[in-house]
Amino acid sequence: MHSLVIVPARDDLPFPPTVEEFFPPALVDGTYPWLTKFTLLVWIAVGLLIVFFLVAYRNPKMVPSRGQWMAESIYGFSRENIAKEMIGHEGVKFAPYFTTLFCFILLTNLFSIIPGIQISPSAHIAIPVMLAVISYVMFNYVGIRRHGFGKYMKLSLVPPAPWFIQPILIPIEFFSTFIVRPVTLSVRLFANMFAGHMILLVFSLGGFALLGANSWFIKPISLLSWALAIALTFLEALVIVLQAYVFVVLTSSYVSGALAEEH
Amino acid sequence: MTGSLSAVGYGLAAIGPGIGVGIIFASYIQSTARQPESGRITLPFVWIGFAVVEALALFGIAFGFVFGA
Repeated sequence: MHSLVIVPARDDLPFPPTVEEFFPPALVDGTYPWLTKFTLLVWIAVGLLIVFFLVAYRNPKMVPSRGQWMAESIYGFSRENIAKEMIGHEGVKFAPYFTTLFCFILLTNLFSIIPGIQISPSAHIAIPVMLAVISYVMFNYVGIRRHGFGKYMKLSLVPPAPWFIQPILIPIEFFSTFIVRPVTLSVRLFANMFAGHMILLVFSLGGFALLGANSWFIKPISLLSWALAIALTFLEALVIVLQAYVFVVLTSSYVSGALAEEH
Repeated sequence: MTGSLSAVGYGLAAIGPGIGVGIIFASYIQSTARQPESGRITLPFVWIGFAVVEALALFGIAFGFVFGA
């Protein structure tokens, strides 16, 4: 009766999950940092996005097909609801970047709840850091090009306050604008994906750990654990969309701050 | 009993951001109830505020692993 249920032996069950889960081995021997699950997933995400938008806009019609409608509504969302609302009329020229960013983050995040993949490349700090660096360089470049270096620094570092308080305020402004912004942008996305994957691991592996317990009173609790894992997958789906949106909204708010005339 | 105190520490650290996120959404609901047409205008700021406050809780998760090892 016992052998009908496939239960991993208690000793080789990786519970509690550790950080090692986020460093998958190389897919082909000897290609360690260059060809792992994460790099493969990033390439897949990039390929899917390029193919999707090319196919959707290959033959545009007045009455759009379903694919064209989807692509247009994603672009329209980034343009109207993010770029125009946060930056104003000149935000339209940033809409392509915001759309790309939104789609890429959404798709790579979605990998964390797709069965069989179950992990997002964003759960590795390198990818959110790279995305944040792109946004950081962009909003600074845009601001410097608009105002010139000196005026941009003055606008972003010197708040309107009496002169004697400036020695305190300027370091705080520098810290918050040029250090905290990129760090929080990347850590927010990374930690959300990391924590989401960790929570799902805890509940699904914890179910097996409870099932492998010696007492018959504890074994049924594994069902509760798996039910929670399913419920938390839906929560994770919410977090995925929210984080993609938040990343783009924060980038656009930084860009609008860099373009603004007053502090 | 074995385990890590950083789990307890993270639980304590999450109190502040928890209250903060609650206040943000409470204020949004209140302002929208008072002036329903402002709901769409204030929504982006709700998400920005939420994200900024939530970052503190997420730092807790990340640093718990970074410094816990």
